[in-house]
Amino acid sequence: MIRFENVTKRFPDGTEALKDISLVLPTHELTAIIGPSGCGKTTLMKMINKLEKPTDGSIYIDEKPINGMDEVQLRRSIGYVIQRIGLFPHMTISDNVALVPKLLEWPKAKKEERVRELLQLVGLDPEIYMDRYPLELSGGQQQRVGVVRALAGDPNIVLMDEPFSALDPISREQLQDELRNLQQTINKTIVFVTHDMDEALKIADSIIVMRDGQVEQTGTPQQLIDDPANEFVRNFIGVERINQKRTFGEKRLMEFLNLFTRDWAGDAENISADSTIEAAFTQLDNSNQDYLAIIEDEKVVAYANDRDLLKAALVKESGVLV
Amino acid sequence: MRNFFDTLINRQDMIISALLEHIYLSFVAVAIGIAIALPLGIVITRYRRYAEPIIGVTAVFQTIPSLALFGFLVPILGIGSPTALIALIIYALLPILRNTYAGIVGVDGSTIEAGRGMGMTRTQILRQIELPLALPFIMAGIRTATVLTVGIATLATFVGAGGLGDIIYRGLQSYNNALVLAGALPVALLAIGFDQILKWIEKRATPKGLKT
Ligand SMILES: Nc1ncnc2c1ncn2[C@@H]1O[C@H](COP(=O)(O)OP(=O)(O)OP(=O)(O)O)[C@@H](O)[C@H]1O
Ligand SMILES: [Mg+2]
Repeated sequence: MIRFENVTKRFPDGTEALKDISLVLPTHELTAIIGPSGCGKTTLMKMINKLEKPTDGSIYIDEKPINGMDEVQLRRSIGYVIQRIGLFPHMTISDNVALVPKLLEWPKAKKEERVRELLQLVGLDPEIYMDRYPLELSGGQQQRVGVVRALAGDPNIVLMDEPFSALDPISREQLQDELRNLQQTINKTIVFVTHDMDEALKIADSIIVMRDGQVEQTGTPQQLIDDPANEFVRNFIGVERINQKRTFGEKRLMEFLNLFTRDWAGDAENISADSTIEAAFTQLDNSNQDYLAIIEDEKVVAYANDRDLLKAALVKESGVLV
Repeated sequence: MRNFFDTLINRQDMIISALLEHIYLSFVAVAIGIAIALPLGIVITRYRRYAEPIIGVTAVFQTIPSLALFGFLVPILGIGSPTALIALIIYALLPILRNTYAGIVGVDGSTIEAGRGMGMTRTQILRQIELPLALPFIMAGIRTATVLTVGIATLATFVGAGGLGDIIYRGLQSYNNALVLAGALPVALLAIGFDQILKWIEKRATPKGLKT
């Protein structure tokens, strides 16, 4: 758990980038930080690996103040994807990915194995890409490398600053899906900065909405949509999206099976594919399971958790989020 | 033309020893120039407030006509190769200093921030990121300094430090054009030769990933 306690950041030129911020980023969850440009998202994130230091207040990781920690050691234990990728152009993909393992002095074989494993994870064939240089990769491939480079040292915390911002919508969707799937297996504490509400709704466990150095609202995607704290949050989420959820709540689950989870090994509560999304939300809320098993013709055809349901509620006929 | 070849053959020993002196002077001056300007160039990237004034001072030295600089140094340091070397070093400093500084400052900020964010120390960032990426610039600076120094070293003769300038000067005094040429031609070839060699090294020094 990462905890901010009354953190204020004033830059030497007088800009107050963060104003008395207190918040908690839960362990093993993906928290998205969202807000308009210049609201302090990057600054907030850089506080966690001490690239910026608070003017006031403290930050704790698992209740230990980071104030006293050695910054080099701390950074090696936290994955970091910077805004604008930042791959080292003079190093091969393999050397880029292996950078933190090298700093941590892993043995050579272990480093190489790690590189292969990670490249495969994001669909880059190690045999082809390991010895290439960043400029020989497309933008999307570079961003993938940027993401896995942050995972290389097997950190518990990963900071990602608009990692997909430079991508076309299709690669972007694809990487979002990949990240979501990845998170299901690696289970890190991920802090994900974005200014794209679709992205946040799609991948985050919880969302922090910021404006002008302050937190406007914190909540799950669903809480934000159901109960936006104020006009700013409502506008930021988009009135259209909020209404959409209301009307589409009437639609039936069977129309959205393609959006749902195919396989789920854990427990799930049964629900008929005839039910409305609204009903599914209610049933899931009252259930102590995380997933619903959707039944059609006495067979389970898909699984859905609250995120899947939300996706269904927000999707247009065309299959894209509003 | 015959005359020229005769001169070359007759004065062979003299020309070769002048050539060696010339190479020695240029080489030592550039080597010491690198030893001073490279670390200084790195240091001023860490204290950028001082960068402009320090580069400015070396630039002022650079604008002093070379003959005048030799003239200034003689009353202070007397005659001999140390005087010539110091003058040459002064000229070698600026290109190396300026290119080292510009090369390192020009490294993309996000690349350095990525390094910092991943837990590299300042020394690691310097050695593994900044210097490799600045290397083509630094090499270009060394190349400029070398060519400059080879040319200016012809003036070393006026402070009694020898070099090919001796031969040119002697030729001028005795109205012997062939002798002037026998001094000037090796200077030109030396400059071109060094330039080509360093150009090759510069190319090799460009990190592979940047060549596309
Ligand atoms: N080093 C700095 N010195 C002075 N002001 C700064 C500095 N870094 C950031 N700021 C200011 O602090 C505020 C927050 O910046 P920050 O980079 O955190 O915004 P952001 O939310 O990440 O924006 P974006 O979405 O554009 O990346 C901005 O007003 C910015 O101009
Ligand atoms: Mg930012």
